[in-house]
Amino acid sequence: MRTQDILASAGPQAQHIEALWWLMLVICAVVFIAVLTGVALALIRSPRGDPATPPDLSSLARPERSAAIVVVAAVAVCAALLIFLTIASFLTDRRLASLGPPALEVELTAHRWWWEVRYQDADPSRIFATANEMHIPVGKPVLVKLKADDVIHSFWVPNLAGKKDLIPGRDATLTLQADKPGNYRGQCAEFCGVQHAKMALLVIADPPEQYEAWAAAERKPALEPAGNEQERGRDIFVNGRCAMCHAIQGTSANAKKAPDLTHFASRETLAAGAVPNTIGHLAGWILDPHSIKPGVNMPANPLDPDDLHALLAYLGGLR
Amino acid sequence: MRGALLLLALVALAGCEREQRQFQIPATQTQFAKPLHAANERNAFALSQGKTLFQWFNCTGCHANGGGGIGPALMDDQWRYGNNAEQIYASIMEGRPNGMPAFRGRLNEDQAWQLVAYVRSMSGWARKDAAPGRNDSLYPGEPESMRDKRN
Repeated sequence: MRTQDILASAGPQAQHIEALWWLMLVICAVVFIAVLTGVALALIRSPRGDPATPPDLSSLARPERSAAIVVVAAVAVCAALLIFLTIASFLTDRRLASLGPPALEVELTAHRWWWEVRYQDADPSRIFATANEMHIPVGKPVLVKLKADDVIHSFWVPNLAGKKDLIPGRDATLTLQADKPGNYRGQCAEFCGVQHAKMALLVIADPPEQYEAWAAAERKPALEPAGNEQERGRDIFVNGRCAMCHAIQGTSANAKKAPDLTHFASRETLAAGAVPNTIGHLAGWILDPHSIKPGVNMPANPLDPDDLHALLAYLGGLR
Repeated sequence: MRGALLLLALVALAGCEREQRQFQIPATQTQFAKPLHAANERNAFALSQGKTLFQWFNCTGCHANGGGGIGPALMDDQWRYGNNAEQIYASIMEGRPNGMPAFRGRLNEDQAWQLVAYVRSMSGWARKDAAPGRNDSLYPGEPESMRDKRN
């Protein structure tokens, strides 16, 4: 499975776009080759002369009817092809907008430089949030509400759908569907600051029952710390600097300016896809985030080694 | 011709000084903070981070956008505990009587110094070409970059 590839569509939206892309590529390639062939023929067939040869002005005396016919025919073919491509593009847009009623609504808020993913529900107690990873059920249309917190970002998961901008103060929507299970990498597609390149979003399409199991686990509050070290880690988190920006459901840490860490250990990456979520990377990220992602809003946290280990043990247990 | 080239080189030279964004601040600089603070007050990035943190950590909850509410105004010339950087730093980190909470242990030193620079810019104490020129929210007053120094 090629990830982050528009030519490896994994859902109906991406398929429509891919079909249009191939149609345009083939038609444009044929036209391009035809034009180059015409130019080459003209070059080969043109009369040769030396500086002494008088200029050939015969076409002034008798107009070239055959050349006029070729030019008119070429213009007509070009116009017809352009109108055809316009209609094809219009029909693709229509098909993109007709995916059917969504089975799930997800609010996706872009921040510098991470993605906040909030799963909506009619029952407020079933709403939950995660970050930088969006799980969706296979075969069901998902309505994604796109928002931005600070500057303009753009949502782009090429295997599943086209681009759409996230603009502060505006709500945009996009419906997508994955037909095959898999991990589809997305990327912010609008320059949004120094760490624009390290702003990845992983869309994970699971079979519906697996998705439901994941969502049920995400709705639960964070696991209680097991053992003294994890307990110390939680105290450091809740009473220290972490709780100024991060939230862990089930504790008093409830800030909304950085990713929700309730089920942090179940995620695959750190810092919006910058590094894998392993204990070594996590330690480096906490101590010196700017060596991984210079300019990120996460500050450096010079912790004592014992405190750092306790914090790592606690965060590592948040499955 | 030679004069024109020289002039062109001079103009190009003016474009060379690009403001540095210092992301990794060594602990030695946050402890002996005078140079760090002086640099922050000239640095648009540090000031704008200070402004962001001012909103994030809900300083506006009491001080509003500097006009004051539950807490005192920060954009006027009245300073209960002094307007130099160390005094403002102490106000933020250690708190003050009558409601200002202490943020020591909650804030990193370099974030606190960014806040100090921004707080001073509210009453015109930062360089005008570095102070923030816009707001994320509706705000009718003049931006920090337009304010004159108030004592």
